[in-house]
Amino acid sequence: MSHCACHNTDNREQVEAASRAALSEDILRAIEEARRDPEPGGRLISILHKVQGHFGYLGKEQMDAVAQLLQVPAAEVTGVATFYHFFRLKPGGRYVINICLGTACYVKGGAEVAEKFKEELGIDFGETSKDGMFTLECARCVGTCGLAPVIMINENVHAKVKPDEVPALLARYRDKARQEQA
Amino acid sequence: MAPMEAKMITLTIDGKKLSVPEGTTVMEAAQTMGIHIPRLCHHPDLSLAGSCRVCIVDVKDMGIYMTACSQKVWEGMDVQTSSPAIRQARRDIVELLLDNHPMDCQTCERDGNCELQNLAYTLGVRERLFKGERKRFPREDSSDSVVRDAEKCILCGRCVRVCAEIQGVHNLGRHGRGFASQVAPAHCSTMKDSVCIQCGQCINVCPTAAFLEKRAAEEVFAAIADPKLHVVVQVAPSIRAAAGEGFGFEPGTPCTGKLVTALRRLGFDRVFDTDLAADLTIVEEANEFLRRLKAGGPLPLLTSCSPGWISFLEKFYPELIPNASSCKSPMGMMSTLVKTYYAEKAGIDPKKVYVVAVMPCVAKKYESRRPEHYTPWGAPYTDAVLTTRELIWMIKCYGIDFPHLDDGRFDEPLGIATGAGDIFGCTGGVMEATLRTASELVTGRPARRLDYDEVRAVEGLREESIAIGETILHVGVSNGITRAKIILDKVVRKEKAFDFIEIMACPGGCIGGGGQPYPPRGVKALDPDLLAARARALYTIDGAKKLRKSHENPAVKALYKEFLGEPGGAKAHELLHTHYSAKLPRGIR
Repeated sequence: MSHCACHNTDNREQVEAASRAALSEDILRAIEEARRDPEPGGRLISILHKVQGHFGYLGKEQMDAVAQLLQVPAAEVTGVATFYHFFRLKPGGRYVINICLGTACYVKGGAEVAEKFKEELGIDFGETSKDGMFTLECARCVGTCGLAPVIMINENVHAKVKPDEVPALLARYRDKARQEQA
Repeated sequence: MAPMEAKMITLTIDGKKLSVPEGTTVMEAAQTMGIHIPRLCHHPDLSLAGSCRVCIVDVKDMGIYMTACSQKVWEGMDVQTSSPAIRQARRDIVELLLDNHPMDCQTCERDGNCELQNLAYTLGVRERLFKGERKRFPREDSSDSVVRDAEKCILCGRCVRVCAEIQGVHNLGRHGRGFASQVAPAHCSTMKDSVCIQCGQCINVCPTAAFLEKRAAEEVFAAIADPKLHVVVQVAPSIRAAAGEGFGFEPGTPCTGKLVTALRRLGFDRVFDTDLAADLTIVEEANEFLRRLKAGGPLPLLTSCSPGWISFLEKFYPELIPNASSCKSPMGMMSTLVKTYYAEKAGIDPKKVYVVAVMPCVAKKYESRRPEHYTPWGAPYTDAVLTTRELIWMIKCYGIDFPHLDDGRFDEPLGIATGAGDIFGCTGGVMEATLRTASELVTGRPARRLDYDEVRAVEGLREESIAIGETILHVGVSNGITRAKIILDKVVRKEKAFDFIEIMACPGGCIGGGGQPYPPRGVKALDPDLLAARARALYTIDGAKKLRKSHENPAVKALYKEFLGEPGGAKAHELLHTHYSAKLPRGIR
């Protein structure tokens, strides 16, 4: 007979183990916490934020792992991930430059700063420079309007940026990367 | 609709006062006074989306148009459903949808059956004024069954909802935003690499041609025209109950005889009846069931005729694979017999035999390409699968005047079926047919009872206890996978000890399959009255037959005697049974 009562056909353990291996401890903890909610899917966005915080972007493997462990359909996870501008589906550069284009920053010349970055790096918003060093993103108000126009490079805030300061700023980060590598 | 005891709300629609229960929508209220508000994304069996905006109405003092499908009535509400301004606004909305839609109606598969096309005509769109950019997506035909054409999608979301709410698969989701939005499986992957179970309900509810079956009609025409091939066709039970709809017959008109004649006119060399293989399935499955009852398991036995359900089992509940019947589907059994038993008997090289199956189902196309269903010489046992829709088109294409055809008879030796085989097409049919046979096998006496109305799960889910002699059987019947999950979860959690469970992927069973004719204009997909009419046709055919128990089928008896040996024996097992395995990606239950 082709079927036997004792034969284990389930792949749940393997799928779960692979899913756990794809994520970090703190993300797994957040998912476990969410699982105790009546609607675990309600925490999907905050968990995806954690994934992007840890990995720098949302990879296929990570999104599938979140779907499996949170028990939210994968189509919903990737639907959410592709809807919000903030989520990145490809690895970003070593430094992610977030240029604020909220009202205050825009009025104070944020758009000109953005243009200068695009010109210097030869890329558009959402793209990464060929050397993998910089990814350019635009933000809608980072909440420090007194510092307008403001940009963030990874965790660092740069206040009152002028377009002609851009080349020096980029050079500083390139140096930093060289030093860190050495 | 809200329950009877609900508070009544009085409102005015088009100047007339009426009272409806609290919670009624404007669309439902208007319907009670004979006003059909145009709609597109709305489907009564699915959750509300309010995404197409076609059903807008003017509500006094609100200042904006409101969507009738989602807006609930309130006391004193004053609604205008039609006016020159509303008509213009609706027309603009549909024109904008058309503007972002390919202009290929004449060559589109759904020409004449397209809700968008119908609506554009009804609302008076006679010219295309807006010229703008149009979304571009490649046609995605990786799957054996379902083709996704995102360019034709109007983002109404019916497919997303049917896949999640009725089928419990959640394969589809909206991806991206704004102009770049598209409906796709997770990661915008191909349908082949997704959790799609290939049931084709997305095709049934799509108002346009964004989802279609993968067609095989041209291959079949080519095979028929090839003088080297002996082309055999088999017809599933539910085709005879639905094919007539394509030629102006009232839904529920049985058309078995005309169907056989039409197939012969198309040029098939032999026309066989899948219902015979359904009888054979029952004999094999009843034996398997009794063997498991005696051996103490694995129980419950889960039916295996519905390939959409089998795909779901492998992706979502693989731990229950040992419970699934190892019987091939009737299509699989028939095709195997054609290339073994029949070819041998007729003295034809089986490599020259081309088997076509007409099925109500798009997942059968996928089933036919499963590696387990290939011959030892590397060809599929079922060479091509046509849906009911494709067959209707082929008949029309050949200029065959279907309504005026004489009644033909299926060919020997695979053309005799009992009523038990005929009812396979309805939910509960496999269960009922099995009970007719199993009750005789258990008691050893002729079964007096033939009708088991309690397992005809028209509302989608039944759990029953049925006495067969001294034995009480606990059975479950479900159609539509969301409802199957309710039973499957009980099995997994060991909440209830079932003996036998019939599961059909599609609502109503095969009669509501993903390959059945699009409903006539004005009738919604999955309409319960339409499904009931098709079911009635099959029960009528069953009731009119002298032989209504599968094991009494003389052709089946001859098969065992001449060829197969004993039911469940070595040869039967080799040819008529199969196996399943867990598949990835694993679905989320």
